[in-house]
Amino acid sequence: MRGRLILAGVLAGLIALPLVLSPYRVLLMLPFMAYGVILLGLNLLFGYTGLVSFGHALFVGMGAYTAAVLTSHGVRSLEAIVLLAAALGALAAALVGVLCVRYVKIYFGMLTLAFGMVFYTFLLKFYRLTGGDEGMPVLRPVLLGLNLDGMSKTAFLVGPYYYYCLGVLVLAAAIMWRIVHSPFGLCLRTIRDNPTKAEALGVSVTRYRWYAFVISAVFAAVGGALLGPPTGNVDPTLAYWTHSGNLVFMVLLGGFASFFGPVLGAFVFIFLQDAVMSVVPYWRLVFGAILAAIVIFAPGGLMGFLARPRPS
Amino acid sequence: MIASPLLDARDVRKLYGDFCALDGVSLSVGPGEFVSIIGPNGAGKSTLINVLTGVLAPSGGHVRFKGQDIGGIGPVALTRLGMARSFQLVQIFPDLTVLETLQAAVVSRRGHGLRLFASLRSDRQTETEALEVAGLFGLADRAHRRARELPQGDKKLLDVASAFALRPEIILLDEPTSGVSTADKHAVMEIMVGAARQIGLHAIIQVEHDMDIVFGYSDRIVALHQGKVLADATPAGIRADAHVVDTVIGRKR
Repeated sequence: MRGRLILAGVLAGLIALPLVLSPYRVLLMLPFMAYGVILLGLNLLFGYTGLVSFGHALFVGMGAYTAAVLTSHGVRSLEAIVLLAAALGALAAALVGVLCVRYVKIYFGMLTLAFGMVFYTFLLKFYRLTGGDEGMPVLRPVLLGLNLDGMSKTAFLVGPYYYYCLGVLVLAAAIMWRIVHSPFGLCLRTIRDNPTKAEALGVSVTRYRWYAFVISAVFAAVGGALLGPPTGNVDPTLAYWTHSGNLVFMVLLGGFASFFGPVLGAFVFIFLQDAVMSVVPYWRLVFGAILAAIVIFAPGGLMGFLARPRPS
Repeated sequence: MIASPLLDARDVRKLYGDFCALDGVSLSVGPGEFVSIIGPNGAGKSTLINVLTGVLAPSGGHVRFKGQDIGGIGPVALTRLGMARSFQLVQIFPDLTVLETLQAAVVSRRGHGLRLFASLRSDRQTETEALEVAGLFGLADRAHRRARELPQGDKKLLDVASAFALRPEIILLDEPTSGVSTADKHAVMEIMVGAARQIGLHAIIQVEHDMDIVFGYSDRIVALHQGKVLADATPAGIRADAHVVDTVIGRKR
């Protein structure tokens, strides 16, 4: 019950935010919400299935480039972009996953990283298609059939686009909430806890890992599609392995044992990065120290402090 | 001979390189039987379990369950056919509760694993079935405890209970009382045999070292020695066989 009240409060706050916060801060909320969607998916794999992917930037990049390619070819409906990004993410993950889910622990992580690097190199080298290291522009998308080209860029982003992203995040959270509390979600947790025993109970470990991988990639691609419009540009660093590392960092920062932990991690990551960068140029140094401290002193992440870890 | 055995192994051989772990083992288990497999360390018991449960494919001979060849089919397919097992070293899901562990088995048995958007909590039938099994094993009052927090004996019971929750026709218990204190062993066995009757299990196979348990509960005992069946008889028959007693059981002082 307390959890529901907090959730309702947070949601009300998010809805009211553009009215009270400076446009600069509201703009920072846009990547947060995109990462929120991405991390809900990543945590299905990490927190619920027990697999750490170091290659999820592949799917994020795929979603982001879907937005770039489609908007520059005349398809500007964000619904169409999101759906195609989801489909491409699922397709890529279905193929990559067949190989990856046969391995666990470091081998799984390295294999996902390797496929991520392949895609990164593709983006970098296929200049004609992807713009190479300079990336591609993302034109302003059309939201729910409404052409908002008349608005200034900031007004568009802190207004309609903000609420669109919030809507996607809420929908993504609701869908993921259902998934982790379903019989399917329970099967994933048996695999995380003890694959041998899971198989003895008739749960096909590789098949279920593959399902989780594909679902998490869909979320990553959808979130990735939302990342491009605010900056108006996508580039290959979105698919680079350090970006995958940042995603894992956000999950650890917020706490993978909790449903909303990774979303909180994304929030803190983005605003902390902004704050630290405005003071010192060495934000990676500061973040490295924070990561080390979390792993050693607070393996439950921020949510571990705020609430009892929620295994179910 | 039994008319139509549930589980039937014929001339099973298993080679590891040059080493012959199983050398022509035949055994069958019929409906209603409680069969114990005994033998000294290195007799081939573990290999036999792995062959009987489809983990390993035999190098020669065959293993049939309800007439179907199950050599090397793997644990998932085996549970679908109606055979379940528990483990010598306790296997639990540390972060799942007792109820969740049993629900997972029920979900698997009912084939609901791919229900992505259904609510587990509002699935009353799954919960009722899971609690029923918890009750049979005396775990009902601990249904919401996490498995990692249970005492060792309860972990063992939970491992077996979750296998029972699959409602198999036949179950293979790998040292069901290992790690259980001597004083509790009979209580644990009584719970398991009682639960087996309630659930309608057709047969039990166990591998066990404790001879009181083996002779107290078995209809038939299969003694393994150096990869061969040394004897396959009733407890009384085994006791009367001086050679088996010498090599496998050892004499009581």
